[in-house]
Amino acid sequence: MAEKDVIIGLEVHVQLNKLNSKLFCGCSTDYHDSPPNTHTCPVCLGLPGTLPVVNKRAVEYAIRVALALNCAIQGETLFYRKNYYYPDLPKAFQITQYDFPLGLGGSILIKGEDGEERRIRITRVHMEEDPGRLVHAGTIDRAKYSMVDYNRCGMALLEVVTEPDLRSPKEARSFLDKLRNILEYLDVFDGNLEGAMRIDSNISLVGGERAEVKNISSHKGVEKALAYEITRQRSARRRGVAQVQETRHYDELRGITVTIRTKEEAHDYRYFPEPDLVPMRIADWVPRVEAKLPELPDAKRERFVAEYGIADDHAKSLTSEIRVANFYEVVAERAPPRLAAAWIADVLKGELNYRDVTIERFSPDQMVVILDLIEGGKITEKGAVEVIRTILDGPGETTEADPAAIVATKGLSRVEDDAVMAAVRAAVEESSQAVADYRAGNEKAINFIVGVVMKKTRGRADPGEANRLVREALEGAGRA
Amino acid sequence: MLRMLKERLEAGASAEEEVSALFSKINKSRLNAYNVLSEEAALERAREYDRSPWGGLLAGVPIAIKSSISTKGIETNCSSRILTGYIPPYDATVIERLKEEGAIIIGKTNMDEFAMGTSTETSCFGPTKNPWDADRVPGGSSGGSAAAVAAGEAPCALGSDTGGSIRCPASFCGIVGLKPTYGLVSRYGLVSYANSLEQIGPLTLSVEDAALVLDVIAGHDPRDSTSARSEGGYFARIEGGVDGLTLGVPQEYFGEGVDPLVEKAVWDAISKLEGLGASWKKVSLPHTRYALAAYYIIAMSEASSNLARFDGLRYGLRLGADQDWHTTFSDIRAAGFGPEVKRRILLGTYALSAGYYGRYYLKALKVRTLIKQDFERALSAGGADLLVTPTMPFPAFRIGERIEDPLSLYMADVFTVPINLAGVPAISVPCGFADGLPIGLQIIGRHFDEAAVLRAAKAYEGATPYHEAVPKEVV
Ligand SMILES: [Zn+2]
Repeated sequence: MAEKDVIIGLEVHVQLNKLNSKLFCGCSTDYHDSPPNTHTCPVCLGLPGTLPVVNKRAVEYAIRVALALNCAIQGETLFYRKNYYYPDLPKAFQITQYDFPLGLGGSILIKGEDGEERRIRITRVHMEEDPGRLVHAGTIDRAKYSMVDYNRCGMALLEVVTEPDLRSPKEARSFLDKLRNILEYLDVFDGNLEGAMRIDSNISLVGGERAEVKNISSHKGVEKALAYEITRQRSARRRGVAQVQETRHYDELRGITVTIRTKEEAHDYRYFPEPDLVPMRIADWVPRVEAKLPELPDAKRERFVAEYGIADDHAKSLTSEIRVANFYEVVAERAPPRLAAAWIADVLKGELNYRDVTIERFSPDQMVVILDLIEGGKITEKGAVEVIRTILDGPGETTEADPAAIVATKGLSRVEDDAVMAAVRAAVEESSQAVADYRAGNEKAINFIVGVVMKKTRGRADPGEANRLVREALEGAGRA
Repeated sequence: MLRMLKERLEAGASAEEEVSALFSKINKSRLNAYNVLSEEAALERAREYDRSPWGGLLAGVPIAIKSSISTKGIETNCSSRILTGYIPPYDATVIERLKEEGAIIIGKTNMDEFAMGTSTETSCFGPTKNPWDADRVPGGSSGGSAAAVAAGEAPCALGSDTGGSIRCPASFCGIVGLKPTYGLVSRYGLVSYANSLEQIGPLTLSVEDAALVLDVIAGHDPRDSTSARSEGGYFARIEGGVDGLTLGVPQEYFGEGVDPLVEKAVWDAISKLEGLGASWKKVSLPHTRYALAAYYIIAMSEASSNLARFDGLRYGLRLGADQDWHTTFSDIRAAGFGPEVKRRILLGTYALSAGYYGRYYLKALKVRTLIKQDFERALSAGGADLLVTPTMPFPAFRIGERIEDPLSLYMADVFTVPINLAGVPAISVPCGFADGLPIGLQIIGRHFDEAAVLRAAKAYEGATPYHEAVPKEVV
C-alpha cells in the first residue's frame, strides 16, 4: 500500500529500561512486577524541596543511541521544564529537553515498500523523564475515580522524532522494528517490558491537515491505526470533508481512531531552562561512548555476507535480532556457515515464531549436532525438521535435549528409513492375499500389511508412516 | 550568644534547662515568630544530651528553622494554608548537617507565604512583630527567624534569601544575617520559590555565630546539582580585620529614596572601617536600576512553575470535593494560596507564556548577566575587595503600612536583589538606629569569598556597640 500522497512521521518514546536507577533519582527501575508506588522517593514524587540529579549513565545510554542513529551529538545540552497539569505528573512539570536536544539530524535505513533501501531521517533525539500512570476505575471517560501509580515516574525516556519520511503503515512498522533492533543491540532497552516503547504518529494526505494518533504501545497497533487513518482521511476527502489538525486516540479493541481534541485547545507548555540542573558539556563524553559502541545491525549484516559468504536475505534475517545473530555466530564457528544460515534463518526462526518463543529455547550445541547429521547424510531434511520440532515441543528447558537421542528414539535416521522401506517392500511381496483384497476394495486389508512391516522392523517404524509407505508401494505396484 | 551558650553547655549547663527556658519565653511571647513548635521532641533531645552529651560544632544548641526548610517529622508549611498539615518524610541537607553537629531543632518560624514578601505580613498565620516595636514588621521573608533571634527566642536560626529575605529582616531586627554565595549551601529540602536565586543562610546575634553555623551547613551536596565545594573553616578565619582592604561604595546605592538617617549610619560605618585600616573608593554598578524588574520576572516565573505542584492531591490542604480534577484543584488552590502568591503565580505564568517568554524572561536573564558583570567588574582584582551599602533603604515600617501597595514593597528590595541576581555573598550587620529602629550595613564579597565578608563584618562589629543593644519587646 505504498501511496505517493501519504505522509507519516513518528515520535517514539523509548524507555531506557536497562538502567538500574531512574533519570533524576536513585529509585530502582525494576518496578514492573511490584505493587503501585513502591519504587518511589521524595525526588520522583516531586515532594516540596527535592531536587533532580542527572543519572550520568542515562546520559551515556542516550548518547549511545543518538550515535547509533547517526545523529550529531550537541556539544552542550540542557534540560527544560515543560509545564502542564496532569495528575500523574507530581511536579506539574516534566523535565525534558527543548532547544538543545542531545542529538540532531540522524537517520535509519529501512527496506521500503518497493524493496529498495530507504533512508528515514531523524529530526532529533532527546532525553526526558517519564510521568506516572493513571489507573481508571472503568473506562477513561466513565471512571468514577482514578488511581495514580508513580512507580514509572522519573524513568529515563528517549524521544526519537522522525521527519515525515514514511510513506505507508508498513514502512512505519519497518522503521519501528529496525529502531527496536538497534536499541536491543545497544543493550539499553528491553522491548518485552510493558510500556517500553510508546508511539505518537502523525499522518496526513498531501494537501491536507495532519492527525496525530497518540500513545500506541505496539508496532502492530501503529500499523493498524495508520491504515485506519488513511482509509478514514481518504473517504472524508472523497466526501468533501476537510481533515482538521487534531489529536486522536487509537482504540485497540475496536481497531479505530477517535478524536480527542482539535488544534484550538493546543497547550502552552511555558518551556524554560530547569534552574536546578546545570548545562552538561557532553562533547567530551562522545569519544569514550563511541569507542564502546557495539557493532550495529547494518554493519553486522554486511560482515556476515562478507565473512560467511551467506545470502543477503539470510544475513538480514539473522541480524534482525541480536540474540539470533549471536546464536548464529556461535554455530557458524563449528558448522558450515551457509548451511547454518539457511537452517537458522529459514527453519529455526520460523518454528520459534510459530511457537512465540525466543532463541533461548534452543542451544547452539543442538544446532551444531543437527547440522552435522544433515551434512553427514545421517538424517533427511524432513527428519531434521522433526528433531527441531521435538526439541521445541518438549517440556520447559529443552536446551538439554540431545538431538542424536531424538533421532534414535524416533527412528529418524536415514539408515532406518531405508530399513523401513525394505520391510515395506518385503511385506507387500509376502502378503499377496492382502494385496489382492486391498485392490478389490477392502481398505482394511492394508492393516495386515502394516502389521507385517511393524513385525519386520521390530516396532521401530512409525505406524502412520508405514501405512503411508505401504499405500505408496501398492499404488506404484498397481501402475507398474 | 550561640558561642557563649555552647561554652556554658560544655562547662556542664543543662541543655534541658536552656531549652525549656527558651520555650517558656516563646510561649509567653506576642511576637508570633513561630508557626510550629517542636517542644516535646526538643526537650527529649535535650534530656538525651544531658544524659550523655555528644560532640559536634553545635552540640546541644537549640536552633529555629524557617518554615520553608524541610524537617522530617515536623510540619513544614511555608506559612501557606495549602501546605498546612504537610509533614515532610525527609530532612533537608542543612538539617541533616545541623543534626550531625548536635543541634536541637526547636520549631519552624513564621515567614511570608512561600517566601513572597518583605514584611512577613503575607503569612497565613498572621504577621510576625518586630521585637523593637511590636507595631512594626520584622522584615521578610525570614521575619520569624529574625524576630526569634533578636528577641532571644532562639540563639540562632536558619532563613532563606531569594532577594534579601535573610538580610532584610536581619536589618529590621538589628541582628546578623548572611546570604552565602549561590551554591555554597545545599538547597536540597528548601521548598523552592525561585530556584536560581535562593540560598539558605544563618541569622544570628553575632558575626562569629554566623560563621560557626556556616561551617556546619556549607559544603558540596551530591543531591543538589548546583552545589559547589566549600573551603570551610570560616569560623577559624574570622579574625584578621580589614587592614589593607579596599571597600567599594556603589554610588547607585545612595541618594534618592534612602532615608537620610540610614545613609548617615552607613557613611559612619564606612568611616569606622576606614579607621580600622581599610580604604574606600566610589564604584559604579550601572545596571542596578534594571535589577528589580529582572528579579521579579525571574522569581515570579520560577515560582509559577514551582507552585503548580500544590494541588491538595497528595499532601497539604484538602477540601471535600467530588468534582472533576480541574474544578477540585482550582478550588483547593483558590482557598489555599494567599493574594500575594496568586499575584506572583499569575504574573510568572504570563511572563513565561508563548509570545512573552522572549520579551520578559529571556530579557531578564540578559539583564541578570549584565548585573553579574557589574559586580565582577567592581570586585575584580585591583578593584574593591568588598562592597559596602545600606541593607534596606529605610528602617522597619508599620504593619499594614505598605501591604496594600505591592509595588512600594517590591521597591524596598532594591539594594538586596542585585546580590541574588549576581549570586555573590552578602551579610547584614547592625550599624546604628533611626528613631530607635535598627539599621543594617550590607557587606558584599566576591563569589565564595565568605571569609572576607565575615572578617570585615567581625572587625566592624568588634569596633561598634550596635549588636549589643537589646530590643524593648525582650523582658
Ligand atoms: Zn525516586
